[in-house]
Amino acid sequence: MLEIRNISKVFNPGTMNEKKALDHCSLIMKDGDFATIVGSNGAGKSTLFNAIAGSFITDEGSILLDGEDITFVPEHRRSQYIGRLFQDPMMGTAPHMTIEENLSVAYLRASASNGPDLFGRFAQAFSRVSKKEKEQFREKLSLLNMGLEDRMDSPVGLLSGGQRQALTLLMATLVTPKLLLLDEHTAALDPATADKVLELTGQIVAERSITCLMVTHNMNQALTMGNRTLMMDAGRIVLDVQGQERSEMSVQDLLNQFAERAGEDLDNDRILLSAVKD
Amino acid sequence: MGFFTIGIVQTALEVGLIYSLVALSLFISFSILDICDLSTDGCYTLGCAVGAVVTIAGHPVLAVFAAMLAGVCSGFVTALLQTKFRVPSILAGIIVNTGLYTINLAVMGFSSNLSIFGTDTLYSLFDGISGADIWHSWSKTILLFMIAALVVVILHWFLGTRLGLSIRATGDSAPMVRASSINPAFTITVGLCCANALTGLAGCLIGQYNKTSDINLGTGMVTIALASLIIGETLFGRQRMWMRIIGVVIGAVLYRFIMAIALRLNVPTEAFKLVSALIVAVAIAAPAARQLIAFEMKKRSAIRARKAENTRKEGGRNA
Repeated sequence: MLEIRNISKVFNPGTMNEKKALDHCSLIMKDGDFATIVGSNGAGKSTLFNAIAGSFITDEGSILLDGEDITFVPEHRRSQYIGRLFQDPMMGTAPHMTIEENLSVAYLRASASNGPDLFGRFAQAFSRVSKKEKEQFREKLSLLNMGLEDRMDSPVGLLSGGQRQALTLLMATLVTPKLLLLDEHTAALDPATADKVLELTGQIVAERSITCLMVTHNMNQALTMGNRTLMMDAGRIVLDVQGQERSEMSVQDLLNQFAERAGEDLDNDRILLSAVKD
Repeated sequence: MGFFTIGIVQTALEVGLIYSLVALSLFISFSILDICDLSTDGCYTLGCAVGAVVTIAGHPVLAVFAAMLAGVCSGFVTALLQTKFRVPSILAGIIVNTGLYTINLAVMGFSSNLSIFGTDTLYSLFDGISGADIWHSWSKTILLFMIAALVVVILHWFLGTRLGLSIRATGDSAPMVRASSINPAFTITVGLCCANALTGLAGCLIGQYNKTSDINLGTGMVTIALASLIIGETLFGRQRMWMRIIGVVIGAVLYRFIMAIALRLNVPTEAFKLVSALIVAVAIAAPAARQLIAFEMKKRSAIRARKAENTRKEGGRNA
């Protein structure tokens, strides 16, 4: 369970560029909750993700994951149990390393959490990825249906954006995370590939009932993916719908809600375009 | 062999093998971690100075490990400045390099050079294994070849371990590393310590080889190592790890051969730094120049083909 209590973050305080990115934002996600997040540019969606992932320490408030206070835990330690995908497919993988090596690095998260004694960790650092683990990697890759399991030795830089993003998704969930953060992870892909990656996402998240937050600009996706829709504006969550209320909601309702709650019209062409298209 | 004598080839090979360790050090910091570690000059001298002092004290084998440890310390300071205090990597290297000058002088007892005489060195110990003439003339080469081979094997093995993979990922994609529960500060520190241990080792080996340690020994070493690295990467590409590592060693040896040729062509010693700089520039520019030439060739042939096509058409119309 993820519990965000009253977190705030101000960028460039005391200057002309002061920006209140998160304003006493609170959120509770139950285990297995899959929420989509919509909101215009600068609403604080990515900042919320950065705060949860630990890219910076918040000014106020606290973040709890499964009852443990992680407010001051450094980013690399949080990533042991928080998986994250970015919009840019280039960011989640190492281009000059092979698919197998990338998966091996991702798999480190499994071993990082156990073995607190120094000797055990030492032995682990100098161990290699075993044959059995490699076989597991192949198996998981074959589930992507992209033929990547036969290209284990090719550098990731040679893959297409969609293949890289699918690989990143696999890497983020190789060890089941307590929380998965998807920051518009299909926005940079062509429509067909985006659908494929999105389908995979839904499949993996549902299969292992991972608690998941997904930022999207596609209003239709926002209502169909997962079990909950959040709307952000000016660093706060202004709308939170689930259950029947959500299933009865149309894209137009969501847009109307937005205009009402945010007190302004949508300023984002992509949202409007996606609303018209669907 | 009229141009080269065996002696020249042998010296080039031996010194090239020692330099290859520095080139491998830069391979770790520059190619793998994507960090410009400019403390190489000072660290090389540090290795030499520490190695010389311990050798003079009568422990030539211990000297090797002492020099490597000194390199580790130097690398640790450089890494600490970068990771904990956010000093830009180039600046961190320069700061450490400057500081090392005084430390190197202090290690050598505040004299600008030391001579290793009257005590055993690694080479003399190894030479003592057999009394054969052929062994006497080739023992140094064999020893250095064995050391370089050992370093290559260990480095390749290390880069395949979980820790090695994390270090490689750190230089390749920082966001991915952070998302994989790896602490980049830790991997950078380990990487720089390993790199500078190799530089220290090379310094110790060259000191015992020349039987002297000089405060200015390391000047320009980073350029030489970079030249070797780039020659290696240009010739052998950036594909498989084995090829990359061995390519760097071959690059260092090739570099020494080019310098040996320059020497045979009676290039004055004063011009050597210019020759080094030229080799580096040519090695770095070679791939881009090759592309440029290929592009020009393609353009020319395309223009020619189009002209031929046009004349053929016009010829057809006239007829």
